[in-house]
Amino acid sequence: MTTIKLKKGLDIPLQGQAAQETMGVSRPDVFAVVPDHFAGITPRLVVHEGDRVKAGTPLFHDKAHEAMNFVSPVSGEVLAINRGDRRKVMSITIKADTQDEFEAFDTKNLADGEQVKQLLLKAGLWMFIKQRPYDVIANPDKQPKAIFISGFDSAPLAPDYAYVLKGQGSALQTAVDALSKIAKVHIGLNARQHNVELSSLKNVDFTAFDGPHPAGNVGVQINHVNPVNKGETVWTINIQDLALIGRFLQTGKVDLVKLVALTGPMVIEPKYYRYRYGAPAGQIVRGSVHNEIPLRIVSGNVLSGHQIDLDEVLEPTANQISVIAEGSDTHEFMGWIMPRFNIFSQNKTVASAFLCGKKDFEYDARMLGGRRAIIVSGEYDKVLPMDILPEYLLKAMIAGNLDKMEQLGAYEIAPEDMALCEYVCTSKMPVQAIVRQALDNMKKELE
Amino acid sequence: MFEKLYKIVEKLRPNFEEGGKFHAFHSLFDGFDTFLFTPNTTAKRNGVQIHDATDSKRTMIMVVIALIPAMLFGMYNVGYQHFLATGQDAGFWATFAFGLLAVLPYYLVSYIVGLGIEFTVAQWKHEEIAEGFLVTGFLIPLIVPINTPLWMVALATAFAVIFAKEIFGGTGYNIFNVALITRAFLFFAYPTKMSGDQVFVRTEGTWGWDNGHALVDGFSGATPLGKLATSEGVQVQITNTLGNQMTFLDAMNGLYPGSVGETCTWAILLGACLLLFTGVASWKTMLSIFVGGGLMAFIFNISGIENAAATTPWYMHLVLGGFAFGAVFMATDPVTSARTETGKWIYGCLIGMLAIVIRVLNPGYPEGMMLAILLMNAFAPLIDWFVVQANIKRRLSRLQTK
Repeated sequence: MTTIKLKKGLDIPLQGQAAQETMGVSRPDVFAVVPDHFAGITPRLVVHEGDRVKAGTPLFHDKAHEAMNFVSPVSGEVLAINRGDRRKVMSITIKADTQDEFEAFDTKNLADGEQVKQLLLKAGLWMFIKQRPYDVIANPDKQPKAIFISGFDSAPLAPDYAYVLKGQGSALQTAVDALSKIAKVHIGLNARQHNVELSSLKNVDFTAFDGPHPAGNVGVQINHVNPVNKGETVWTINIQDLALIGRFLQTGKVDLVKLVALTGPMVIEPKYYRYRYGAPAGQIVRGSVHNEIPLRIVSGNVLSGHQIDLDEVLEPTANQISVIAEGSDTHEFMGWIMPRFNIFSQNKTVASAFLCGKKDFEYDARMLGGRRAIIVSGEYDKVLPMDILPEYLLKAMIAGNLDKMEQLGAYEIAPEDMALCEYVCTSKMPVQAIVRQALDNMKKELE
Repeated sequence: MFEKLYKIVEKLRPNFEEGGKFHAFHSLFDGFDTFLFTPNTTAKRNGVQIHDATDSKRTMIMVVIALIPAMLFGMYNVGYQHFLATGQDAGFWATFAFGLLAVLPYYLVSYIVGLGIEFTVAQWKHEEIAEGFLVTGFLIPLIVPINTPLWMVALATAFAVIFAKEIFGGTGYNIFNVALITRAFLFFAYPTKMSGDQVFVRTEGTWGWDNGHALVDGFSGATPLGKLATSEGVQVQITNTLGNQMTFLDAMNGLYPGSVGETCTWAILLGACLLLFTGVASWKTMLSIFVGGGLMAFIFNISGIENAAATTPWYMHLVLGGFAFGAVFMATDPVTSARTETGKWIYGCLIGMLAIVIRVLNPGYPEGMMLAILLMNAFAPLIDWFVVQANIKRRLSRLQTK
C-alpha cells in the first residue's frame, strides 16, 4: 500500500471532540423528509396525505430518473406535504408508528452491477452515492471509472471512524463486494490512525494519506490517485453510508440509522448519538449544550457544514453536528491592531499563530473582517493539496467562464475541498457558495 | 469602557443609515466603526462557519508598521542632510525634529488627498472603504525628494489614486502600484523638480525654522546614483553630501541624500523581517529581486562596459538608491505582483535585472527601480498566464496519456 504525504492544509484546534460513547435519541412523533437535501434532484411525489407508508416505501422519485426513489425513514402515515413558493415541495412529514414496519427487499442473487444499481435506486439508498464532477447525487446512467471512499474524516472535530465503524466490518465487506460489480472500489486510509475494520477489507484498493485537513476529503484523495478528467465520472460514498448500504444488503431492510457526533466547544458532553434520518436536530441538541449565549448549530463540521435550526432535519449524509458561539454579542475593540492571543489564526499577523502553548482558543461565527476584492496572493494554495490553482479556478467561476473552469480542474473539485480556502481568505470571499453555484451552472450548461 | 464606547457608536448609527441625517457620510461612519470594533457580522448559513482572525485591515497595517523604521530614519536623515549642508551641528533631537517637521506636511497632503478620494468613491459606489490607501499614503512621502512642492504631491496623489486605481475598480483591481504611479507622475511631469543636485536635500528651512542659511563649500545634494550617472569616465566615485568616498557600510547606514525612506538599508531590512515573518510579503519575490539585481550588476562588472554605473561593484547596487526599498515594499504588493508562486520567482528576478540595466545603460535615469517595477507590473499577468497555461497543459496531457 502506498502512502501519500500531503503538506498543504490546516488543522484547526477546536475544543469539543466527541467522547467514545453512544446515546440513544428519543423517537419524535413526526419525521420529515426534505427534498432540498438531495442536490440536483427534482422531486415527483408518489404519496398523498393520509397514505400509509413503511420504512423503505417511496415518497417521491427524481423527475429525470423515475427509478431513483426517495423513501420514508419510518413507518406511519403521511401527515402533510408542505409546499413553498411555486408549489415547490419543502418537506413531507410522516406521523410515525411506535414500532417500525419495514418494506422487504430481495437483496440476494445480485448477479451483476446493473442489478445492484437497480436495487439501490429502488430502495432509496442511491442518495448516498455522489459523483464527481459537480458533487451531486450520481447519475445512474453513467458508468463510473471508479468508486472512491475516504476511510477517515480530517475536518475539525470530525467523527472518529475507528469508533463509528466498530463491528461493521462484514457490512462494509458486503457493500464493497456488491459495488465492485459496478466499478473498482478504492478506499483512502488514514496513515496516522489504524482502522482494523477497514484494513481487513478485501476486494479494495487502498492508499494511505498522511497530512493535515483536507487529507481526508475524498476529492483530494481522488486527485492524487486517479484524477477526474473531462468526460469521466467517479462515484463517492461516505464510509458510514457504505456500512449502511452493507447492512441493507445483508438484511433487506432500509434502516436509515447512523451515528452522529455532537461536537464543539458549546456542547456540555460531546458524544455520539444514534440518529434516524428524518428526526429534527433538536432531538440531539436540546439539553446538551450551553445556552447562556447565542449559539450556532451547524450540520456537519465548521468548515463545510451549514447552519440549521433545531427543528430542521439533518441531511441523510450528515455525520456530525457542531455547536459554536454565534459571537454576534461580541464587540472586539480595534481587532485590526491588537495582538490577539485568544483567537486562532494560521496567519502570523495574529500573535496566537506564533505564540504556541495556548490551545483553548475562542471560536465564534463572526466573519472577523469585511468583504474585499481578492488582495493577498498564494493563501489559497497553502491549504489546497491538489494540483489545482485555486485562485484562478475561483476567478473563472466568478466570471462564469465554462472553458476556463473545465481547463483549471472544476470537474475535480467540490465546495468542501475549498472550504479551507474560504476559512483563510483575508478578503472573506464566499468561496464555497461560488463553487457550488458555478458547478450547478456548469452542470446545467454542459449536460 | 469599550462597552460604553460601543453604545455611543450604536447611538450614532441611525443617523448614518438610509434616511438618517448624515446618510451622505455613511461610508465614513462605517470606516470609523470598523476601525473601532471588529465587525461582528456572522457567517452566512451556508459556507464556512468560522473565519480566520486575519483580515484586510490587519494585513495592510502590518505593512505600515514595517515601514515605520524606514520613515523614522528618513526623518532623521532629512534633518541630518539639512544641517550638514548648512554647516551646523544641531544635536540628535533637533535633527530629528527638523526632519519630522519637514516630512509631516507630505503625510498630511498624501492622506488628505488620497483618503478624501477613497472616501468619496466608497460613498458613491456604496462600498466599504478599502484599506489599500493606508499603505499607499504611507509610502508616497517616503519615495519623493524632500524638496518637492506640496501641491505637486497633491496633484500626483490625486492622479494616481483616480487613474491608477479607482478607474480600474479600486483596491485589488489595479494593474500598477499606486504609490509608484504617484512618483512616476512627478518624475515625468516635473522632471526638473525630481532630479539634479538640489532636490534631495532640504536646503531651505521648514515651517520657518532655519531658513536662509548659506550652503557649505563642496556641498553636493545629488544622490550617489545621480553622481554615478553624470560622472565622466570609468572611475567609480560614490560620494556623500560632502564629497567623501562612501563604503558599503556607509551605504547601508543611509546617511546620504535620497528619497526620504530609501537610504537606510538597515531600517528597510527591519521592515522586511516583519513582512517575511508575518508572511504578508512574499519571500520569493524579495529574494529573487536581490538575486536578479546582484547577478545583473555582476555581469556588468565583468562585461568590460566602460561606464561608472557598470563598474560599480554589484553589492553597492543593492544598497544604493531605491533598490532595497522597492524590493521590500513596492514589488511585493500582491495586487500588482505576479500571483502564482512560480511567477513570483520570474517576476522578482526580472525586476532586479531590469533595474540594474536601466541604471547602467540609460544615463538619463540614474535610478532604475521605479521603472523596472512598473514595467514588470504590466508584465505580471503575462507571467502568470504562462504558469496557469502550464497547469492547464498538465491536466490535458493527463487525459491524453491514458
